[in-house]
Amino acid sequence: MTDILMPALSPTMEEGTLTKWHIKAGDTVSAGQVIAEIETDKATMEVEAVDEGEVLEILVAEGSENVKVNTPIARLAGEDGAAAPAPKAESDKAQADAPTATAEGKTGDPEKAPTQTASPKVELRDPEIPADAKLVKTTIRDALRDAMAEEMRRDDKVFLIGEEVAQYQGAYKVSRELLQEFGDQRVVDTPITEHGFAGLGVGAAMAGLKPIVEFMTFNFAMQAIDHIINSAAKTLYMSGGQIRAPIVFRGPNGAASRVGAQHSQDYSAWYAQVPGLKVIAPYDAADAKGLLKAAIRDPNPVVFLEHEMMYGLEFDVPEVEDYVVPIGKAKVRREGKDVTITAHSRMVGFALQAAEKLAEEGVECEVVDLRTLRPLDHETIVESVKKTSRLVSAEEGWGPMGVGAEVVARVIEHAFDYLDAPPLRVHQEDVPLPYAANLEALSLPGVDKIIAAVKQVMA
Amino acid sequence: MAKAPAKAAQTTAPDKLPNTPSASKEDLLRYYREMVLIRRFEERAGQLYGMGLIGGFCHLYIGQEAVAVGVQESVKQGHDKIITGYRDHGHMLAAGMDPKEVMAELTGRIGGSSKGKGGSMHMFDVPTGFYGGHGIVGAQVALGTGLAFAGKYRGDDSVAFVYFGDGASNQGQVYESFNMAQLWKLPAIYIIENNQYAMGTSIERSSSTTQLSQRGASFGIPGEQVDGMDVLAVRDAVKKAVERARAGEGPYILEVKTYRYRGHSMSDPAKYRTKEEVDEVKKTRDPIDHVKTLLAAANATEDELKAIDNEIKAIVAEAVQFAQESPEPDPSELYTDVYVEA
Repeated sequence: MTDILMPALSPTMEEGTLTKWHIKAGDTVSAGQVIAEIETDKATMEVEAVDEGEVLEILVAEGSENVKVNTPIARLAGEDGAAAPAPKAESDKAQADAPTATAEGKTGDPEKAPTQTASPKVELRDPEIPADAKLVKTTIRDALRDAMAEEMRRDDKVFLIGEEVAQYQGAYKVSRELLQEFGDQRVVDTPITEHGFAGLGVGAAMAGLKPIVEFMTFNFAMQAIDHIINSAAKTLYMSGGQIRAPIVFRGPNGAASRVGAQHSQDYSAWYAQVPGLKVIAPYDAADAKGLLKAAIRDPNPVVFLEHEMMYGLEFDVPEVEDYVVPIGKAKVRREGKDVTITAHSRMVGFALQAAEKLAEEGVECEVVDLRTLRPLDHETIVESVKKTSRLVSAEEGWGPMGVGAEVVARVIEHAFDYLDAPPLRVHQEDVPLPYAANLEALSLPGVDKIIAAVKQVMA
Repeated sequence: MAKAPAKAAQTTAPDKLPNTPSASKEDLLRYYREMVLIRRFEERAGQLYGMGLIGGFCHLYIGQEAVAVGVQESVKQGHDKIITGYRDHGHMLAAGMDPKEVMAELTGRIGGSSKGKGGSMHMFDVPTGFYGGHGIVGAQVALGTGLAFAGKYRGDDSVAFVYFGDGASNQGQVYESFNMAQLWKLPAIYIIENNQYAMGTSIERSSSTTQLSQRGASFGIPGEQVDGMDVLAVRDAVKKAVERARAGEGPYILEVKTYRYRGHSMSDPAKYRTKEEVDEVKKTRDPIDHVKTLLAAANATEDELKAIDNEIKAIVAEAVQFAQESPEPDPSELYTDVYVEA
């Protein structure tokens, strides 16, 4: 014997009107047969039988209103012993109605659930550089190229794909000579088709390859952001841990010079908000190399934000074998006791210049290079602020809901009592980046704005 | 016209004519079993949805069973790759996923294929080569092209079976994918399940050209239309396309004309088409009835079919029971599987 229950016809339906029966007691129904019509506030729907057998009794008469979901509405005689037992809806429905109660009952205080901000168990350290290691002046462009070349030699699953990466040698020459060394199977020129090749890259990663997807700029990656977030970042979770997407999305991010609003956006905060992604924005050439190598080896999708204005700048890179910098660790670039300045990517250079000038006036700034935005190393930031009691965050992107907003929030959560002044955020003006040279300069944050902010928190 | 020579008439049985698809009784019984499994499973899923045991969106595959079952005949399990959109239960069952795990995922339980964290639209199974289960319309086409890219990169002769619908065929990334697939001769079989309605919008109202098999023409990708209510027609068309792809000749488009009996999702009353239209298809073109007819001609008995029906009934009942008895994921699962630990 099987009861037919009042079905829910939408995620939110709780009751409905049984407008019509197509069957009566004594009829024999078969699976798939339309047996009734039910009206909800949205629509009238037909109900099909799932079980087969003779109708013993109609339990709810035609025309009945406000029939609650899961009320038995008719009774069938089971056709034979193989028919499924009537599912036990009641207890499960009760659970479904109160999912939060169940979760809370088991976890206690939801605040105590493990979170991404929990203390990392592993101490992350930069690689030891032997005292006799040679330091080689290297541009960021070449440091990135060296990182890719080394990883491609190490693992034949690593390949580079993007616009102009092969024959043209890279729009910014970051992939110079890779085609010559690795051939066109592993250095792949694409059509201008960001959405398509980002999706293709994620699919290849799901199938076990390790793609490096170059965007000519992250401004163009907006065409592809669905695959970065919906396909790459979320699939491990949605598959219960089965499907990985070990992929690096890299390219220049942020403002270049006089290229206008559509080519000048900083996406740091956008990607850093997404669980499942790691987000890296290095400042110098050693970090560019060491972090890109770490990103390529990481089994997770990584967004690697470079800066067009930095490609040609030279920094010391230690000549050591396999220089890999850990993801998720900030770096104190300058020590100081009076104020903490956090920055990433190009803004680190501006922060260091500002600190230099402020030192002449007797203000000692501590400059924390975030390096990785997700996971954010807030312990290093908080430790610094506990020492200095003052905070200025600097970023190239817009302020509202930005990286600085997150840094300030973490400091307030973890070091509120140490603060001697309200933290300040330095960021781009809240406008699309203008083209006119004077307006562009007014819009972008730089050394002067950082100095002004530091003076304000010191006042 | 004179009678055909008696000799020829004797040696050429109707089902052996060159252009008529044929299948052994054993094959037909297998197709029947797989198709009935999908239909009974989906009917139960609809019922559990009605009882509030399945939440959110639930898109049923009823009516389209011959497509997934016909395609699967060409899949080398564990070698080839399959990817689809959100109407995915039928593809998963055809691919060989455990009905218990699929049903338990629908009910959001730890025994589900994604531990209850994916739901109807997000299931995956690497051993059977099933790469999802994707909720963004058209995304699976670019991803599937990447699966094909990986096959070519490795040189392993695997093929990617990329399912999408008539609705997805109007997404831009489909054409970005077609272009790259043909440019690089990737082993992708694009299977457009044209069930004639993109949610509530008929193909005539959404598409400037309705011959979807020709959508690859400007890229040089050949395509053909296939009767998706005929499992043999699907099977044979896919077989040819796969042979071509394995030989390195690149992608192929199969526009498979099919029909979904239910609404777009469970909460769709399907007012955009008439009841008569649906009834007519059910009565005259049902893919399972079609196999039954072929089976009768192949001398299958009622008892043989009944035995399969009962077996499927038990499998589905077991899946339903498992999907209700498997517990909800432990709260400690909330923060697992966000990242792979390096």
